[in-house]
Amino acid sequence: MPKDRRALINRRRLRNLGIFALLAGPNVVLLLVFVYRPLLLSFYYSLLQWNMGSSVARFVGLQNYIRWFTDPDTPQIMGTTAIFAVATVGGALVLGLAMALLLNRKLWGRGVARTVVFAPYVLSGIAVGMLWLYIFDPRYGLLSTLLGAIGLDSPQWYTTSPWALIMIIIVYLWKHIGYVALIYLAGLQGIPQDLRDAASLDGATKVRTFGSIVLPLLGPVTFFLLITTILSSLQSFDLIKAMTDGGPLGSTTTLMYQIYIEGFQTGRAGYASASATILFIILLVITAVQLKYMEKKVHYA
Amino acid sequence: MTTTAQRTQAAQTDPPGQTTPNKRRRPFRAHLDAGLYLTMIAAILVMSVPLIWMFLASFKDNGEIYSMPLQWLPDQFAFFNYDQVATSIPIGRMFLNSVGITIAGAGLKVFLGLCCAYAVVFIDVPFRKAVFVVVLFALLIPGQITIIPNYELIANLGWLNTYQGILVPGLASAFGTFLFRQHFLSLPISVLEAAQVDGANHWRRLWKFVVPMSVPTIAAVGLISLVNEWNDYLWPMLVTDNTDTMTLPVGLTLLQSLDGMQAWGVLMAATVVVTLPMLLIFLILQRRLVAGLTAGAVTG
Repeated sequence: MPKDRRALINRRRLRNLGIFALLAGPNVVLLLVFVYRPLLLSFYYSLLQWNMGSSVARFVGLQNYIRWFTDPDTPQIMGTTAIFAVATVGGALVLGLAMALLLNRKLWGRGVARTVVFAPYVLSGIAVGMLWLYIFDPRYGLLSTLLGAIGLDSPQWYTTSPWALIMIIIVYLWKHIGYVALIYLAGLQGIPQDLRDAASLDGATKVRTFGSIVLPLLGPVTFFLLITTILSSLQSFDLIKAMTDGGPLGSTTTLMYQIYIEGFQTGRAGYASASATILFIILLVITAVQLKYMEKKVHYA
Repeated sequence: MTTTAQRTQAAQTDPPGQTTPNKRRRPFRAHLDAGLYLTMIAAILVMSVPLIWMFLASFKDNGEIYSMPLQWLPDQFAFFNYDQVATSIPIGRMFLNSVGITIAGAGLKVFLGLCCAYAVVFIDVPFRKAVFVVVLFALLIPGQITIIPNYELIANLGWLNTYQGILVPGLASAFGTFLFRQHFLSLPISVLEAAQVDGANHWRRLWKFVVPMSVPTIAAVGLISLVNEWNDYLWPMLVTDNTDTMTLPVGLTLLQSLDGMQAWGVLMAATVVVTLPMLLIFLILQRRLVAGLTAGAVTG
């Protein structure tokens, strides 16, 4: 009897293993082949002098990294990446919070406003880029007319150096504010009303209540948004591709965009892989900080 | 100035005894509300006018687009820009490519995610935790670092300019699997135990019991996948240069580089074709979509 039973258990175990492999296997294999394998390969490629599509590759050790750190273009690329990240993340958080506070009021028509504010977030980055190129057209665009109405000349958005980056930042904010506002709105609705009532009974002003109660309670939401918006800002590609293609004179080329240009336009795949590895390390550090913070929060909650 | 004046006046005209704090504050609040409404209207305009402008421009001929001062409405809602798009690029084909790839991609992603999450949660094998860690860690790996090796692989397989070349590398569902697992953990285990006692196997338990109890989560993940697949640009752009397999966003940039001068009317017509389906899906299924897009934040 016990022998039979053990055989039965073993058979069931084996069957479970089989079913597990059938159900989880495809997804896991795809992840290994298309996410983990390229991750490791990318590290390896970064040690090669190798051109896209070429069958010749030479092992050069850390030379691609040394070249990246000493390249005269690197300061500009990292500067652009930093400016873009700070402006888009800071702008999205501030404007998104303001929008959320506004849409949290019991105003007639706020449902429509929420819909309209969030809609651009679901649209194709390429299409949004095209649409805004038309609006930014220095002669026939909507914006030049609006600027003209208040007596200003439209800058040459496409072709002059700070303006191209400013243009992309504006469009990025337009597309992403809705997401930030929505998450903040959810956070605001999680704040118990009696806390605010208690504060106003104690004679706290609106500003004081916001500063001492609402903002601190939004802390975790803000932190979550900070991390996710930094990650998506550092990885943004579509808008830059549609609007400036990294120009004029590389003034809108971010680290992410450099990977694309080096890998697929210049064809220096080894060098591009080194850039990709550097981007990956930056993103990993940011994520690690987030995980550490989350862990802490759980411990002290 | 006016606020103070209004306030004192209101306080004086109020009959004594009825001056509730609420009433006394009303003129000030009306003022504040007006400011809030103005801000809200400004926000609505900033967010919606570009889209309306795109839509209107898609019906304008060159004379109307390049007229100074700007002309808001087209003289007639005619489709010549759309015709022009159709003669420049095979937009019908691209539209079908996009629809097919979006539906297949989102469907398979949801399917793979459901199966994987079910296995990790409900099938008792010793290493299921490790499998879940493999899925979870994949969330931390940015797609950008994978493009060069994946391109190399797809090119070597001879999959450039094929549907499977666009589709397969993005199929693995780390995010979907993660959300499904979180949801499955909250399901009442007794239902599944009852099903097991009744002799339902794992496959049946997944489709007859777990899936029907998970419709909102599935809808949310499915919708985000639809939006992402439809809007995806970088990867389809890299692996297709042939208009037979190209998706709409890639075709849109093709149109941009057709000639040096920007034919805004034509470009806006194509932009409408790319954006309208997602805009409609968003307007119809707003709640579900928002629930999905914010799901990560709620758990975080």
